[in-house]
Amino acid sequence: MEHTPKDPSQVEGWGVDVDPKNDPTYPMKHRTDGEHAGYSWERPPQQPPTVEVLHSIERSDLTSAFGTSTPPSGPSGALRRFAFRYSESSYAHWLPLMLADRVGVVEGVLGDLGHGRVPNVLAERGWKAEWEHNRRGLVRRVLVQAGLALVTVAYLRGRKAD
Amino acid sequence: MNYRGPHRVRIDHKPEPEILHPQDAIVRVTRTCICGSDLHLYNGSVPDTRVGMTFGHEFTGVVEEIGDGVEKLKVGDHVLVPFNIACGSCVFCQQGLYGNCHESNPQATAVGGIYGYSHTAGGYDGGQAEYVRVPYADVSPTVIPDWMDPDDAVLLTDVVPTGYQGAEMGGIQTGDTVVVFGAGPVGIMAARCAWLFGAGRVIVIDCVDFRLEFARNYAPCEAYDFRSLEDPVVFIKGTTDSLGADVVIDAVGAEAAGSALQTVLGRKLLLQGGSATALHWSINSVKKGGIVSIVGVYGPVGTHVPMGNVVNKGLTIRANQASVKRLLPRLIEHVQSGVLDPKAMITHRVPLEEVSDAYRIFSAKLDDCIKPVLMPPSARS
Repeated sequence: MEHTPKDPSQVEGWGVDVDPKNDPTYPMKHRTDGEHAGYSWERPPQQPPTVEVLHSIERSDLTSAFGTSTPPSGPSGALRRFAFRYSESSYAHWLPLMLADRVGVVEGVLGDLGHGRVPNVLAERGWKAEWEHNRRGLVRRVLVQAGLALVTVAYLRGRKAD
Repeated sequence: MNYRGPHRVRIDHKPEPEILHPQDAIVRVTRTCICGSDLHLYNGSVPDTRVGMTFGHEFTGVVEEIGDGVEKLKVGDHVLVPFNIACGSCVFCQQGLYGNCHESNPQATAVGGIYGYSHTAGGYDGGQAEYVRVPYADVSPTVIPDWMDPDDAVLLTDVVPTGYQGAEMGGIQTGDTVVVFGAGPVGIMAARCAWLFGAGRVIVIDCVDFRLEFARNYAPCEAYDFRSLEDPVVFIKGTTDSLGADVVIDAVGAEAAGSALQTVLGRKLLLQGGSATALHWSINSVKKGGIVSIVGVYGPVGTHVPMGNVVNKGLTIRANQASVKRLLPRLIEHVQSGVLDPKAMITHRVPLEEVSDAYRIFSAKLDDCIKPVLMPPSARS
């Protein structure tokens, strides 16, 4: 409690935005009821689709503007196209997208290798910063993970020998 | 910046963005932040986050090129760019719901377009780069006033309006007790702004000591480590005559600590839209008839929260992405008058080329980092 100002009105700006009408839904939305007329507003010009853009089946077409980053491709792209056959309300939409994201990571590594680049995973994970600011924690984590790997290898070798 | 998979980002050269729509602008980035919600992407918990994407929805920059349909912005203008991509024409933008634009995100109807925030938010490359494409350039981008510090400007693109709207949605009335879960930048700003709406008491709950200390001094407010409270809900009830807080703000979202079950389901197995521990506590620690305001980000799938208590307590739940354009005029006034001092939250200034380390520092909460700003090469010369 020691940091609670004894008199809140002494806090810089206290009460400058007091609004008794703000209960419970004002002023998030300035109601116009425009939506009662449906999809009726004058739409901005349509961005020409220069790459494949997937769109939710909960809307009829593309939005007037959209991003063109990283269009779907390869096996992950096939998963994404499958996912977009289902609505945002369905796990059949989201779970394939999550799977596609993981497949995309593998595609990314293969793509790097295909371009003659071995990804520097340690640098990408920011281990330099971890070494500078949390050396003890980093060493502990590496040792624990190495220990677990050794135990796993020893267990699997033991089973093979049996 | 180039996303390569969970916990892996790096700097790569990508083609410079081009005008793709008559209302586009190309902006040369002068400052860009890493946001707490970028960590959901970084951790791989937002569906349709594609390898190769550039993150970044908090940035300022200089207009380098404009499309034929841009009438207000000029080449050379130094602008702050709200994180919402908003057309200004659709019925939702007309109602001030700029975070819910219906003309900026084809991939999902539940959220408008957001720079660098996966294809679930429109598939736009973001501002953690040297150049970025800014759609609907006449709608949201705002020329930075001459008197404004650029560090204040970049925090007006998301952190300040999101924290402010968190307090605003709480419907705070004079003398109310306000609890904020989360002492990240947005939680700290929500606590600061709760006073502006007349709160009588502000309490912040988190588990990171340096963040709690920062909140105590910046907001200013009470701040408690939930690990020392045994049960934060019981603590809040105990300190409010067993009634609960008038308003609770969830400024944590999907990465919440504090519950092993939520952590496993939401953060490890990704079987729900994040770990909803803070929201769970919010619902249970607000008073009957109280208001829970949610500005923490969650994924699009189902999430375990005690809905029965929402019904039985007669709660009002208010939530949204901040409507930055709607709030900017008032927030600029607050910065000019000195009521708000956003730049005081910036603790780290990192070259864009060291983005991998910056993400690590922020995500692992190293070096007492509250808010990191990335500086592109052209902004450092």
